[in-house]
Amino acid sequence: MKAFAALLDGLSFSPSRHAKLRLMAAYLRATPDPDRGFALAALTDGLPFSFPVRRTLAELMERRVDDVLYRLSRDYVGDTAETVALLWPDRQASQRGEALRLADIVAELALIDRQALGVRLEAWLDRLDATERWALLKLLTGALRVGVSARLAKTALAEMGGVEVDAIEEIWHGLKPPYEVLFAWLEGRGPRPDVTGVPVFRPMMLAHPLEDEDWAGLDLSDFVAEWKWDGIRVQTVGARGDVRLYSRTGEDIGAGFPDVLGTLALDGVLDGELLVVRDGVVAPFNDLQQRLNRRVVTRRMMAENPAHIRLYDALEIGGEDLRALPFIERRGRLEAWIAHARPARTDLSPLVEAASKDELHRLWSGSRAEAIEGLMLKRRSSPYLAGRPKGHWWKWKRAPLTADCVLMYAQRGSGKRSSLHSDFTFGVWTAGADGVDVLVPVGKAYSGYTDQELARLDRFVREHTTERFGPVRALEPMLVVEVAFDAVQRSARHKSGIAMRFPRFSRIRWDKPAAEADRLEGLERLCG
Amino acid sequence: MTQNPAFENWLWPEPAGLYCEPGGFYVDPPRAVDRAIVTHGHSDHARPGHAHVLATSETLAVMRVRLGEGAGASQQALGLGAPLAIGDVTVTLQPAGHILGSAQVVIDYRGQRAVITGDYKCRPDPTCEPWVPVKTDLLITEATFGLPVFRHPPADAEIARLLASVAMFAERTHLVGVYGLGKCQRVIALLRAAGYDRPIWLHGALKAMCDLYVSLGVPLGCVRLVADAPQGSKLAGEIVLAPPSALADRWSRRLEDPLAVLASGWMRVRGRARQRGVELPLVISDHVDWPELIGAIEATEAEEVWVTHGREEALVHQATRMGRRARALALVGREEDAE
Repeated sequence: MKAFAALLDGLSFSPSRHAKLRLMAAYLRATPDPDRGFALAALTDGLPFSFPVRRTLAELMERRVDDVLYRLSRDYVGDTAETVALLWPDRQASQRGEALRLADIVAELALIDRQALGVRLEAWLDRLDATERWALLKLLTGALRVGVSARLAKTALAEMGGVEVDAIEEIWHGLKPPYEVLFAWLEGRGPRPDVTGVPVFRPMMLAHPLEDEDWAGLDLSDFVAEWKWDGIRVQTVGARGDVRLYSRTGEDIGAGFPDVLGTLALDGVLDGELLVVRDGVVAPFNDLQQRLNRRVVTRRMMAENPAHIRLYDALEIGGEDLRALPFIERRGRLEAWIAHARPARTDLSPLVEAASKDELHRLWSGSRAEAIEGLMLKRRSSPYLAGRPKGHWWKWKRAPLTADCVLMYAQRGSGKRSSLHSDFTFGVWTAGADGVDVLVPVGKAYSGYTDQELARLDRFVREHTTERFGPVRALEPMLVVEVAFDAVQRSARHKSGIAMRFPRFSRIRWDKPAAEADRLEGLERLCG
Repeated sequence: MTQNPAFENWLWPEPAGLYCEPGGFYVDPPRAVDRAIVTHGHSDHARPGHAHVLATSETLAVMRVRLGEGAGASQQALGLGAPLAIGDVTVTLQPAGHILGSAQVVIDYRGQRAVITGDYKCRPDPTCEPWVPVKTDLLITEATFGLPVFRHPPADAEIARLLASVAMFAERTHLVGVYGLGKCQRVIALLRAAGYDRPIWLHGALKAMCDLYVSLGVPLGCVRLVADAPQGSKLAGEIVLAPPSALADRWSRRLEDPLAVLASGWMRVRGRARQRGVELPLVISDHVDWPELIGAIEATEAEEVWVTHGREEALVHQATRMGRRARALALVGREEDAE
């Protein structure tokens, strides 16, 4: 537990990606199995438990510490878990007994009865030092919040093993904590884990935004066009009767979509867009949003917002890896599979035919349907390449102006909204002085969300505050919001050098990683 | 030892500072006065412009370096443990363990004793005399870290964390924010005790005090000014000490991807470290922590406790729980956060 606590402590204070990678790689190298595997699980997919500990802690403290001293301490520190970690009476190291191992704690927590948690927690706290107590309490809540994405943790793992991170992604979902076979492979003690027959996530191929100069140099005969559907990108993977749905970051979201997966017989890996489709018509993104991030989905939700997958690519069919084939051939295979399998709640994204670039441009600028974000241009000869290779796929988003921004600060509203954090400052990425990307604020928005969304945003703010400056809370940079705005102007008053006109929330991208939000350079190009 | 008359009859706080009437002097007065006894050289205790100053010779030396002409028109050194009659009281200075020269002020008056701790700590510190508990009727104690969340870990363990970070991030400069008087020299001494024998690099503002410590017999090993670093060197892999304000200052740009470290008791609370943008917080303090505050009240056997500065409320509550009469003594001019 000591090493794990030191790792979390270091991560929580390290601002740079590079330092975080170094800390994680060093931990993974130096820590024995199975502890490091559970630490890795905690940093990536999370551990399969989450305990609301606030009340338990309050009860424990009541018995251990004078209530006036507890209250004064809590007021000063500002966070219950940290206060308890600091305040809990220390025992001499010699009286703590054998060192607690992370693996033992995780194993017990996975099975523990909630009623018994207080007693176990008390015994554990007695055996730990302050940093370890803090780490344990973080672990209990199920979310570490030390500014590390699953991808970053896997990157550290790749660094430790001297392999590409995509090689880890490809087998990740076929493995389980504590990942002993994975470590054995990375340390050269064993073969690459075989995940044949397991529906694992494959790293996705992503598109570049199409800029004017790209468009100018583009030879249309090399490309095909598709509509860019306004849903979320998903990978559908089936093997041996088990079908899973992965988000773009490799998160398994299948549990929320039994209406699609239940009817799908698939042995393969397909790429497509998750949408809500009613009577053959694609619904606005907001309808799909009602279905996202739900562990339990009711019949009614499924009836009101029926989910649908619109397919556009195939990575594997019937055990054959198609990724090296040209796009146009993969598409042929996909069409053949659909014709044969006739899957319900699934269809093929049609090609958009245009005889010339002018015609395509007209189609693009006329694409006003709410469910369409613009066009995708895909090179006919492109293999399916993980990551964002240049020159293969272009995304050509239609106007109005929007930008994907990261929420940075929140402030309480006034009047009816005075208990809610309703005023948001958001930013985009730019290269900092040392070459590391930093967020710069580009605007503030107070509108564009529903009351329900506002309640959820407020919850997010309270759970992800890193610092307070009077009424303003600084947020962990992790929530992406698509901001709509009328124009961008240069402004000397703002640190970023630009100001948005009438920015408002267009939608909240709970699904999008912060690192993929837009960059300042993109906004600067929009300035008149 | 009697309980009457009340201590307030001969010792009380005034706007100019804590005043001892039968001795005719103030202790650590924030304003210029005729007669001052100064516990130690930190600027919130040793103010300029007093007519007469009584302190340890080390504290007087510190004041001369820091205040020059303002160090006191007339200075009188008093050795530790040597009683001195002043007016109707007897004053003795006893080591406080805070920084070089720091002392507690022991005042005996008509069978009653008051001990003014000044700032103090109860742990070994290679740069100063260790604190000694003095049995007393009235203890006037600081409470900078007067909350039970403040428990300082062993300083050598914190130094080990610094050295581990230097080993892991050897391509960066470790920039350690330290208070210039006391903490700076203690951190250097702790590094030396841990076997670190490379040169330690200093921000210019720290030099005079380091020189004074060396001249007063505290060895610091090889210390150099950052300004004297070889041309083109950004001191990658080295340890640089600077005042905390320099951590985020443009000054630090001359260093190689500086890793901000801060050595202070406040680093125990994560929010404090984050506020300062600290990447490696080291909990190293020259003040007593909470258990030591309680230990000091017990060891001195004081029946009455006055709490001067810091988190008075919690300590007054605690002392009351321990059966002591206790009150908060609001004194102006103390810098709560200075460490």
